[in-house]
Amino acid sequence: MTHSPLTPGIVSGRLPADRIAANFADHTPPLDAHEAHVAADRCYFCHDAPCITACPTSIDIPLFIRQIATGTPEAAATTIWTQNILGGMCARVCPTETLCEEACVREVAEGKPVEIGRLQRFATDTAMAKGLHPFARAASTGKTVAVVGAGPAGLSCAHRLAMHGHDVVVYERRAKAGGLNEYGIASYKSTGDFAQKEVEWLLRIGGITVQTGVELGRDVTLDALLARHDAVFLGIGLGGVNALRAEGEDRAGVANAVDFIADLRQTADLTKLPVGRDVVVIGGGMTAVDAAVQSKLLGAENVTIVYRRGQEKMSASGYEQEHATSAGVRIICNAAPVAVHGNGAVREVEFGYMADTPEGLKATGETFRLKADQVFKAIGQTLAGAPEGAVLEGGKIAALPARVWAGGDCTAGGEDLTVTAVAQGRDAAEQINIFLRG
Amino acid sequence: MANLTTDFIGIKSPNPFWLASAPPTDKEYNVRRAFEAGWGGVVWKTLGSEGPPVVNVNGPRYGAIWGADRRLLGLNNIELITDRPLEVNLREIKSVKRDYKDRALIISLMVPCDEDSWKDILHRIEDTEADGVELNFGCPHGMAERGMGSAVGQVPEYIEMVTRWVKKHSRMPCIVKLTPNISDIRKPAEAAKRGGADAVSLINTINSITSVNLDTFSPEPMIDGKGTHGGYCGPAVKPIALNMVAEIARSPDTHGLPISGIGGVTTWRDAAEFMALGAGNVQVCTAAMTYGFKIVQEMISGLSQYMDEKGFTSTADLVGRAVPNVTDWQYLNLNYVTKAHIDQDACIKCGRCYAACEDTSHQAIAMKPGRVFEVMDDECVACNLCVNVCPVDSCITMVELPKGAVDPRTQTTVGDYANWTTHPNNPSVQAAE
Repeated sequence: MTHSPLTPGIVSGRLPADRIAANFADHTPPLDAHEAHVAADRCYFCHDAPCITACPTSIDIPLFIRQIATGTPEAAATTIWTQNILGGMCARVCPTETLCEEACVREVAEGKPVEIGRLQRFATDTAMAKGLHPFARAASTGKTVAVVGAGPAGLSCAHRLAMHGHDVVVYERRAKAGGLNEYGIASYKSTGDFAQKEVEWLLRIGGITVQTGVELGRDVTLDALLARHDAVFLGIGLGGVNALRAEGEDRAGVANAVDFIADLRQTADLTKLPVGRDVVVIGGGMTAVDAAVQSKLLGAENVTIVYRRGQEKMSASGYEQEHATSAGVRIICNAAPVAVHGNGAVREVEFGYMADTPEGLKATGETFRLKADQVFKAIGQTLAGAPEGAVLEGGKIAALPARVWAGGDCTAGGEDLTVTAVAQGRDAAEQINIFLRG
Repeated sequence: MANLTTDFIGIKSPNPFWLASAPPTDKEYNVRRAFEAGWGGVVWKTLGSEGPPVVNVNGPRYGAIWGADRRLLGLNNIELITDRPLEVNLREIKSVKRDYKDRALIISLMVPCDEDSWKDILHRIEDTEADGVELNFGCPHGMAERGMGSAVGQVPEYIEMVTRWVKKHSRMPCIVKLTPNISDIRKPAEAAKRGGADAVSLINTINSITSVNLDTFSPEPMIDGKGTHGGYCGPAVKPIALNMVAEIARSPDTHGLPISGIGGVTTWRDAAEFMALGAGNVQVCTAAMTYGFKIVQEMISGLSQYMDEKGFTSTADLVGRAVPNVTDWQYLNLNYVTKAHIDQDACIKCGRCYAACEDTSHQAIAMKPGRVFEVMDDECVACNLCVNVCPVDSCITMVELPKGAVDPRTQTTVGDYANWTTHPNNPSVQAAE
């Protein structure tokens, strides 16, 4: 090892390879068969279960858990996938603590919910390991649909359309399919190249062609897609990143958190990935937490998340915040960046304390500086490249021309979660199917 | 700490917890460990006639069913009586008894159904200084095919005959162990009493197949692809055993006949329930086989604490206390009216009560906005199903309507005690008029 956490600047190899490997191992290890059986037995099989209501894809959770309890995890996986074809990834990345597990009556009763997420992973992993893909295509309709974006919304839409007998072409601007599952999830949540394995598994339905390196607006227009296909689905996500609007933002060492997270996922040997000694992450969401925690796991000495509002307003869940602080990340609230100082490269970030008033955020006038050689911006993504004809609301797609549908983060409505995108893609596919079958 | 000393048909033991005749009591090594652990008595695993011992299968002897986290709920076995030479067993019994004079040591016996066989075995065990004998008329597998065990226990005349032989040829106290594989447990108990038995012990194990292997299509436990019915025991059989004990305890023909209660006793509470229903002591097997002999410590401390709390100074204060409250259905008070009540503060809104009532009972629970579940008194028949399916202890309770109140379901006023024997709908009441 040539470097340590104390090495100044942005360098790789701050930790030995075995430490890095351990740090980026499966964050929540899979349940074994006995653990799954015990966990499944805790489910009360509630009437009109609150967990189902809380799930954006409305998975029949009590049913799939009972199927695990009776020794048929394969049937459980079918129950899950029928509602959520990316149930494997959602089992890993869903903030279950604010969705199904928060609604679980045992959370209400004992503060210890049924481990729905881990059970879902047990079922889907078991069935995938057996090579099961329990869906078949309906007879071909001869119709074709363009799906723009191979993220959770697009993949979910594509699979459902293919199942209904339509031919689907997925256009993806990046080199790999998967969207945020491939580029935007913390590495320790999706180990073993799971995102790509899940895409390959999903495509086994047949009738789906994926064209990578094709970007809407750059390589192809909506009109061209409409000319080529009977319908178009847009699952283009949020390609832009909000600016800090702080002086010195363009100094070397300042980067987008989403790019850092993507680099982490695409780097085969993490001992080669550079990270700062003093890392400052600006933002309050899951992206901020993922960037901060992984900086720490790569060996950064000091990692600080700075959020402009109070802690209760952070969109990262309490569970995620705790995950960050237990990893050694410091969270500072009620402070917004004023300036990025340095001589060429960043050396310090200056923050001003903020007061959350009924008239909005106001600077208190008091400031402080954090030592920084690397700064990650995680203050939200924006819609980029919305096609002509799309009606935006709050910066997101709210209405579209005829024969065009949309879903996922690029649309207004619903939280920006993988599971929400899956639900929207699936539901759009059902609408498209009705339209195509006239 | 309450005095747990028990005198059962003249056999004294420091506590009422005996190990039943079974694998744990097959040899000196185990029995010494049991006594060291604190067991009050041991019924030595069943001895057979002199001669070549029986043989056991060389594959699995036990099958099981499990609850959550593989908690063993029921066990079955196809093991036979002791497969060790008679002389070895007798020597060991004598050796153990010499060192544990304060403990009860009973010898279980099973020999062919002729007087000479019984006379012979009784003479052979005489100088072991054992405290008594237990006649194994219950074993449901293997030995029954040879005309012993439950083959005898299912014919009251045989029970009476053999018991007579035993009382004739031995001065030892005699316990007759009964099989539950019979339609009316009172008949074999009466036969034992007629034959002069000092006590009965029950239940022996229940004919059972624990499960079927759905790949090989063989019953479990499986021996080379085949299976046979074994004897079922453990927590799962306790309710059956409690009823049979109670039937004997309350029957006028057998009331007062000492009973040694057996069947799924796992904790002090189980033991206390058997004793309340008339058992003078209890015998344990499956719990020891599941957890080891140490469990007796919990049984001793638990029963002591309970007796202290109740002010019972001897186990005799507890024995039979629930027997007067076991009655026939026809004597149950039809004017005892209750309604389910859901404690909204305790409710966790799982809705199981609603599903159970709506789908399978009387549609007496309303599901209101916000997942609020409320009992509709005008529909509730007080069946208790909601109480039983609710995962929260004491969340749903049955509230008694006071005398004079109007039952909203029937619009009738709650009156004094009245049962089926006088009910106008009872045809025999009308016939008598």
